[in-house]
Amino acid sequence: MHLSREEIDARLEELRDKLPQSILEELRQELHRAKLTKEALESIIEEVLKRYEYARVEPGEAVGVVAAQSMGEPSTQMTMRTFHYAGVAELNVTLGLPRIIEIVDARKKPSTPMMTIYLEEEYARDKEKAEQVAQEIETLYLEDLLEKSEIDIVHQRVNLYFDEYEMRRRKVEMEEVLKKLGSIKGVSTEVAGNVVSVIPEKTSSIKELRKLENRVKGIHLRGIKDIRRVVLRREGEEYVIYTEGSNLKDVLRIEGVDITRTKTNDITEIQRVLGIEAGRNAIINEIQDTLNEQGLTVDVRHLMLVADMMAVDGTIKAIGRHGVSGEKASVLARAAFEITVDHLLHAAVAGEYEELEGIVENVIVGRPVKLGTGMVELVMRRELEEAKEVKEAE
Amino acid sequence: MRRVVDISKHELVPKHEVMSEEEAKELLERLNITKGQLPKILKSDPMVQKIKAKPGDIIKITRKSPTAGTTIYYRVVVNE
Repeated sequence: MHLSREEIDARLEELRDKLPQSILEELRQELHRAKLTKEALESIIEEVLKRYEYARVEPGEAVGVVAAQSMGEPSTQMTMRTFHYAGVAELNVTLGLPRIIEIVDARKKPSTPMMTIYLEEEYARDKEKAEQVAQEIETLYLEDLLEKSEIDIVHQRVNLYFDEYEMRRRKVEMEEVLKKLGSIKGVSTEVAGNVVSVIPEKTSSIKELRKLENRVKGIHLRGIKDIRRVVLRREGEEYVIYTEGSNLKDVLRIEGVDITRTKTNDITEIQRVLGIEAGRNAIINEIQDTLNEQGLTVDVRHLMLVADMMAVDGTIKAIGRHGVSGEKASVLARAAFEITVDHLLHAAVAGEYEELEGIVENVIVGRPVKLGTGMVELVMRRELEEAKEVKEAE
Repeated sequence: MRRVVDISKHELVPKHEVMSEEEAKELLERLNITKGQLPKILKSDPMVQKIKAKPGDIIKITRKSPTAGTTIYYRVVVNE
């Protein structure tokens, strides 16, 4: 008598607390294909549970040290290899070991901020529409449109020579520029072909004219702050925008941008805009991408541990002196890591108490370490033992 | 041109839910811990704001995991 699919599913449902979803799913698929009796199903389940229990990390296992070694070893190979891969992509992005260090140090700004902007279906297929979005994103300052500018002290003006080619390429009309120039107080403008003269109303010194020139050049015409350069690239069926500089919050608000996939390599920015959980996921993805790019693989579980540790407090904190290691409860553990004297001195002044709970401090004082088999403590129940003794005596 | 963005739609953001009083109590009992021992999430976190959780609430986060399919994580909302 074979079991029906419904019966198998019902039995598997009971295991929901004991096995992770991915294993249950795989098991379900396999079991549906086989013809099984009740006894066979039970013995399979028993075996799976046994194997799963065996594969789990044991209590007291030093997972942190294992994670550190698992990431550390491939990093030694990276230092040598980074050199060969530098500067291949169109946009220069920090990769290899420097990038890994940047991530685990939780830097406020990455050294090369970069965004990958995906577009919504309708925009992603159409080159023109994709270009429009790209133009809307790229910052454009008045200076970018100029061939040159000069100060004419005799006629009391600043002359701006516009580059017609740039104007056409960026699709900027002269009216747009003049409108912006009109918003500056106390100046008038004169147009002659592609030369625009900005004339202050009051007589100005050369210093004041120079100040005006810089102010005019710095006028923000369009685009999103911090995004300095955009590159449009075709990837398979769709167009994807890569940018130098990052501003996730504003980019997501642009019409046509795919809000589900668009990302940045600035992890603190992701945490700020999308929350701590997104930040955690970003850490894992960024480390994994950097390692994969170098042809190295580290089991994700190690990276997950690192990311979880960095994100426990609700903000992304660094691994090391200013973060995880620097916040340990024990003085000796902190002193054993870095800046020894400072920690000891501060602890003495503040009258800190050493609990000797952790690993490092117990190694220092030479006591058994609470790790692995050392985790186990035996407690005797005295009444029970005494009762036994009494019995034996009788 | 500018629009309102629903951040919970982003692929990096897992599902966040506020746990009810009873669920929270049951969880702490099952794990034999106090609230303070749970991982934290700031009151100002964009997802906390979105689901309107208050400090002291426990948030149930259903993560996608490359190894286990889905896993459940808990965070307690804290003031800065």
